[in-house]
Amino acid sequence: MPLIDPSVVDLSRLQFALTALYHFIFVPLTLGMTFLLAAMETVYVITGKQIYKDMTQFWGKLFGINFAIGVATGLTMEFEFGTNWSMYSHFVGDVFGTPLAIEGLMAFFMESTFIGLMFFGWDRLSKPGHLAVTYLTALGSNLSALWILIANGFMQNPRGASFNPDTMRMEFNSFLKLVFSEDAQAKFVHTSIAGFVTGALFVMGISAFYILRRQHREFAARSFRMAALFGVISSLAVVTLGDALGRLDYLVQPTKIAAIEGLWQDSDAGGSAAAAPWLLFALPDQAAQTNLVEFGIPYVLDPLVAHSFSTNIPGLISLEKQAGPRIKKGIAALNALQAYGKDHGAAALATFKANESDMGYGFLAQRYAPNQDLSKITPANQDAVVAQAEKDTIPNVFVTFWSFRIMMILGFYFVGLFAFAAFFSLKNRLERNPLLLKLCVWSIPLPVLACEFGWITAEAGRQPWSVYRWLPTFQAASSHSVGYMVFSLIGFALLYSVFIAAELYLMFKFARLGPQPHQAAAPEAAPAPMFAAPAE
Amino acid sequence: MELYVVLKVVWAVLLGVLLSGLAVMVGMDMGVGTLLRFVGKNDAERRVVLNIIGPHWDGNQVWFILGGGAIFAAFPTLYATSFSVFYVVMILLLFSMIMRPVAFEYRSKVDTKKWRGTWDWAFLISGALPMIVYGAAFGNVMQGVGFHYGWDGQYYQDESFIFYLLNPFALLCGVMSLALSIQQGGTMLMLRGEQPIYGRARKAAIIGGVVGVVLFIIGGFWVAHINGYAFTGPVDPGAPATPLSGQTVAPVVGAWLHNYAAYPILWVLPGLGVAGMLGAAVMNLAAKPVLAWWLGAIGWIGAIFTTGASMFPFLMPSTTNPSQSLTVWNAAGSQYNLSWMLFFALVFTPIIICYTSWCFYVMRGKVKVEHVADDEHSY
Repeated sequence: MPLIDPSVVDLSRLQFALTALYHFIFVPLTLGMTFLLAAMETVYVITGKQIYKDMTQFWGKLFGINFAIGVATGLTMEFEFGTNWSMYSHFVGDVFGTPLAIEGLMAFFMESTFIGLMFFGWDRLSKPGHLAVTYLTALGSNLSALWILIANGFMQNPRGASFNPDTMRMEFNSFLKLVFSEDAQAKFVHTSIAGFVTGALFVMGISAFYILRRQHREFAARSFRMAALFGVISSLAVVTLGDALGRLDYLVQPTKIAAIEGLWQDSDAGGSAAAAPWLLFALPDQAAQTNLVEFGIPYVLDPLVAHSFSTNIPGLISLEKQAGPRIKKGIAALNALQAYGKDHGAAALATFKANESDMGYGFLAQRYAPNQDLSKITPANQDAVVAQAEKDTIPNVFVTFWSFRIMMILGFYFVGLFAFAAFFSLKNRLERNPLLLKLCVWSIPLPVLACEFGWITAEAGRQPWSVYRWLPTFQAASSHSVGYMVFSLIGFALLYSVFIAAELYLMFKFARLGPQPHQAAAPEAAPAPMFAAPAE
Repeated sequence: MELYVVLKVVWAVLLGVLLSGLAVMVGMDMGVGTLLRFVGKNDAERRVVLNIIGPHWDGNQVWFILGGGAIFAAFPTLYATSFSVFYVVMILLLFSMIMRPVAFEYRSKVDTKKWRGTWDWAFLISGALPMIVYGAAFGNVMQGVGFHYGWDGQYYQDESFIFYLLNPFALLCGVMSLALSIQQGGTMLMLRGEQPIYGRARKAAIIGGVVGVVLFIIGGFWVAHINGYAFTGPVDPGAPATPLSGQTVAPVVGAWLHNYAAYPILWVLPGLGVAGMLGAAVMNLAAKPVLAWWLGAIGWIGAIFTTGASMFPFLMPSTTNPSQSLTVWNAAGSQYNLSWMLFFALVFTPIIICYTSWCFYVMRGKVKVEHVADDEHSY
C-alpha cells in the first residue's frame, strides 16, 4: 500500500485543526451559558422576580447568536472523519463511531429539540415547564460533550477494543472500558467546566461593561454577582481537574507529559528525581534534543506530575530509545498481517499475535523503508530505518510545552479574577473599582483562548498518533489530491470568515444595546438598595 | 440464522429508517428554505415562513447528524469510503448545510434589505443544494462508484468527481428528491400558515408531488436498463466484515430488479411510494394538509425502501473492482458493536419520538404576521 502524499496529510491536518479550533470558539460558551441560563431561570421561578426572567431572556439572546455557529460548525466535525480520515474511520469506526452515534441519540436530539422550545415556548409553557425545558437543553449540551470526549478518550488511551486481523480494524469489545476510561471522564469534567468558566466570564465581562457605563444597573449587578460566584467555583474546579488529567497523562501518555514539561533527560538525571525543576520558561530545540534556554523552580516537577517525591519521570530521549524495539516488533507484526491477509495461514497469524501490541509502531517505519515497503526491510537495513522512525515517536515539544503553559497560566489568572470580582460584588463595591471592571471586560475572550490551547496541548501532545500507539496520523488520512484539499480549505476559510464577522458584529451590537427598556424597567423588580435609582 | 446476520439485517433496515427520517424531517425544512423567496413576497411574510419551522429546524437537523454518526458506527467501512469518494459533493453539501443554522439565527437580527436579502439567498442554496446532492448520492450509489482497497483496508479512488456530478440518472434522482422536499415543505407551510402564504405553498406542494411521482416512475423503468450488481459466487453473510473477503461480484444490466422478481411482495414498496406521493398531491389539492403531510412522508419512505430493497444486500458497489463492492455483509460493524447500538436505538428512539411530538404539539396553531412582529424571540 503506497503512502499518502505528505502534503495531502499536512493539508488534511491543517483543515481538521482549523475547523476544530473554530468549532471550539463557540462550544465552551454554549456549555457554560446553558447552565447559567438555567440557574437564572431557577431564581426567577422560585422568587417570581421579573428581573431574573429578563436576565434569562437577554443572556439567552446572546447565547443564541453563539449557539447557531456552534451547531453549524459541529456538522463539519461529524462528517470530516469520513471525508478526510478514511483510514482512521475504517480502522476505529467500529468503536469510535459508536459514542458519536449515541451522542446523537441521547444528547444532541434532546438539546436541539428543547432549545427550540426554550426560545419559542415562553408564552406557551408554564413557568416550571419552561424551566424544565431550559434544564433539558443544558443537560443535552453537556451530555453531548460527554460522548464526544469519550470518543476523544479512545484516541488518547485506546481501551475497550482490540484489533481483528480478519477485518483489519479495531473492534469494540467492552462498553464499560470505553465509557469509564479515566481519560475520557476527567477530560469531560475538565472541558465542561472550562465551558462554565467561559460562560461566567462572558456574563461577568458584559455586566462589568454596563456597570462601568452606569447602565442597566440592577440588571448588571445581579448578573455580575451570579456569574462571579459561578466563576469562582468553576475556575477552582477546572484547575483541579487539569491537575488530575496531567497525572493521567503521566500514567498513559508518557511522551505527552514529557513534551508538556520540556523534559529531554529523565527527571532523576541530575541525581534526584525530587529536585528536578518545573520549567517556567524554555525554548525547546527538537533537533538538538535540548532546551536552548530554560528556567524553572526546583522540587516542583515531581510532586506536580507524579504526586510523589521519589518517582523518576522518563525524559523524551529515553522514551525515544524505548521505541526502537517496539518499532522492530511492529514491522514484524505488519509484515505478518499482510501475509495473513493473503493466505490466512496459521504461521502468519501466530507471528502477528506475538507482535500485535506494537503493530502501530510498524506503521511509523513505513516512511523510511526501501520504496516505502515494509516487506523490503531486512536485518541489514533495519537499524537505519528504526533510527529514523524513532525520532517520529515524540511530539513537537515547543508547541506542546507552550500551549500547555498558556492554558495553565490563564487558568490561574481566572481563579484570581473571579475571586476578586466575587469579593467586591458581595461587598457592593464594584463601582469603586473601575480597574477590576475593565479587566473583566477585556478578559472576555481569554477563556476561549485557554480552551483552544488546551485542545492543542491534548492533540499536538498525542502526535505522531491519531490513535495512541495504534495508528499514526499520517497513515490515517484519505488519499485525496492536493487540488481537493485546496478547494475545501479555501471554501472553509471564506465561509468561516464571513460567519465570524457576522457573529462578532451581532454580538457587539446586541451587547452594546443591552437589555431592552421594557425588560429592564419591569415593575415587579424590587431594586437592590445600592442601585435604587436606575440610570435610564 | 445466526445472530450476527440478524443484526446486520436489522441495521440495514435501521439505516433505511434513518435515511427516511432525514428525508422527511430535514427535507421538509429544506423545502421551506427553497420556497422562502417564492411563497414570501415581502419581509413580513418571509418571517412568518421562517417562524413556522423556527422551533423545529434544529431538532430536525439532528436526523442528519445522527445519520452520519450511525453510518460511522454501524457501517464503518461505508462511512470511510463513501464520504471520501464523494469528497467534492460532500464538501459542497457541508458548505450549504452550515449556512442554514446561521441564516436562521442571524437573518432577523438586522433590519436592512441587503442583510436579509443575503440570508434569503443562503436559505435557497442551503435548501435546494443539499436535497439535490442527497438524491444524486442515491443515484450514483446505485450505479456504482470507482474505488478499490489496499490490503490494510485503505480505499483508493479510481475516477474523477466529474463522473458523479454530471450523471443523468443521478441528476434525475436529485431533482426527484428536491421535488419531494418541496412537497413536504409546502405542506408544512399550509399547516401553520395563512393566506396568501397558504395558497402559494399549496401550489408548490402539488407541483412538487406530481414531479416527484413522475420522476420516481421514470426512474423505475430506467433502472431496468442500467448496471446492477450481482454475486457470481458463494457469499457468507455471517463472515467477518471486510471488503477483502473474497466475494465475487459482477455488473449485470437490470440486476437491481432481481430482488423484485424473486420476492414479488416487495412491489408493495414502490406501490407505497407512488401512492404516498400521489395521495399527498391529491390531499393538498383538496386542502387537507395534515393527511397530505403523512402521505408525503409515506411517499418518501416508499421511495427510500424501494431503493434499498432493489440493492440489498449491496450498499455501494464498485465499478472498477466489483468484487470489493460494499454490502450489508462486508461493511457492517462487529457483532458486539451492533448489539450495543441496537440497545441504544431501542431505548432512545421512542423517547425522541415522544418529545419531538410534544414539541410540535406545544407549538401547534397558525403563525400570524402580527405574532412574529410582536414576539422578540422570533426569527
